[in-house]
Amino acid sequence: MKKYDVVTTISYPKKGAMGKTGTWRVFRPILDKVKCVKCLRCWIYCPEATVIRNKDDTVDIDYEYCKGCGICANVCKVKAITMEREGKKK
Amino acid sequence: MAIKNLPREECYLPGSAACPGCPATMALRITFKALGKNTMMIVPACCTAVIESLHPHTSFDIPTMNIAFEAAAAGASGVEAGLRMQGKTDTTVVAWAGDGGTYDIGIQALSGALERGTNFIYICYNNEIYSNTGIQRSGATPYGAWTTTTVGGKTEFRKEMGEIIQAHHIPYAAQTCIAYPEDMYKKLVKAKGIKGPKYIEIMAPCPPGWRFSMEKTVEMGTMAVETGAWALYEVENDKVTFNGKSKLILEKKIERKPIEDWIKHQGRFRHLFKPKKDVKRIKTIEDHIDLIWERYRKRHL
Ligand SMILES: Cc1ncc(C[n+]2csc(CCOP(=O)(O)OP(=O)(O)O)c2C)c(N)n1
Ligand code: SF4
Ligand code: SF4
Ligand code: SF4
Repeated sequence: MKKYDVVTTISYPKKGAMGKTGTWRVFRPILDKVKCVKCLRCWIYCPEATVIRNKDDTVDIDYEYCKGCGICANVCKVKAITMEREGKKK
Repeated sequence: MAIKNLPREECYLPGSAACPGCPATMALRITFKALGKNTMMIVPACCTAVIESLHPHTSFDIPTMNIAFEAAAAGASGVEAGLRMQGKTDTTVVAWAGDGGTYDIGIQALSGALERGTNFIYICYNNEIYSNTGIQRSGATPYGAWTTTTVGGKTEFRKEMGEIIQAHHIPYAAQTCIAYPEDMYKKLVKAKGIKGPKYIEIMAPCPPGWRFSMEKTVEMGTMAVETGAWALYEVENDKVTFNGKSKLILEKKIERKPIEDWIKHQGRFRHLFKPKKDVKRIKTIEDHIDLIWERYRKRHL
């Protein structure tokens, strides 16, 4: 990346600028790919850009940074995403 | 415009300082998708300045300049002039501020830039409070809402920023909401294609500020529009067009939902329901919304 030599404070873009925000999570979104109808609502509404939109418009969740807000589960009309407590014993 | 037609490109990078469920990052994602990488953003003091995250890193993959609270539009004017002198007229210059930075402290700089005809887009994400400093009232806070500086509920109505903007007769102004990404995207793309000053305000329900649980941000946005507490419209050269559900409410093709459907989910209005329902103040809110819509109908139907 191009670095600039100027007399001011400059920050450079980085994924995880505040660290691995996935550790903030209390509830974990679990995606059921069979139920998913690829409507992409979870992708467009995720405030953290951690619903990954694949080439074929299927979706995945980036657990490294997902903050567990539950918006994806809430906007999914076919209930393909459920929120489960982190560390819950199976 | 369907969701699948919105660009894949992301200039908001995951792992920022934003609260879970943040409406500002939702709006930023759509904004970056609509305006593309050839954009420069000027951000005054507000949540977004924190969401950029800590030096030496930033969560925004777009050149961003931070500036004093009152100076977003003045900063954008300078950046626009600098780019123009260098012949870089294809770069979109954006001032991005909260409602405190827009309705209150930045209004002078904003009015000045609109009056001078600065070629930029001013975007206000309106979470109806000064949230970054811990939830104080702003000129955008609605009547009855609790904040740390309106403990029994705000006693004044919110300012009609849309009308103040319209008094500047700029080429383009619009109101949108995070719950309607396609509407937001369309308006941003349109603004980008117009020369001169543009103003876009985005309704941005804030979970910690409004005291609702973080998975409800989108719902709170939808209900703001369906209850008529917020209107989706655009103004092109003084011609006002209402959009989506707001158009149907304006034309009385649907009835707006009772305001209770929206406020009862927000802890900032809890004192209107507990220990006893405050019928009088709820009716005051309802009547005020009716008044606003009657005014809209008189002017724009
Ligand atoms: C002149 C000045 N006064 C006060 C502050 C402290 N301050 C920083 S951000 C902020 C609130 C910003 O509120 P708003 O513009 O609504 O954006 P939000 O935080 O809600 O995103 C305040 C009061 C400041 N930075 N500068
Ligand atoms: S919202 Fe639900 S159905 Fe739509 S893409 Fe996401 S998981 Fe699939
Ligand atoms: S839980 Fe929230 S942050 Fe995580 S993927 Fe869903 S919407 Fe995104
Ligand atoms: S206080 Fe509200 S607007 Fe600010 S970062 Fe948190 S959710 Fe976003």
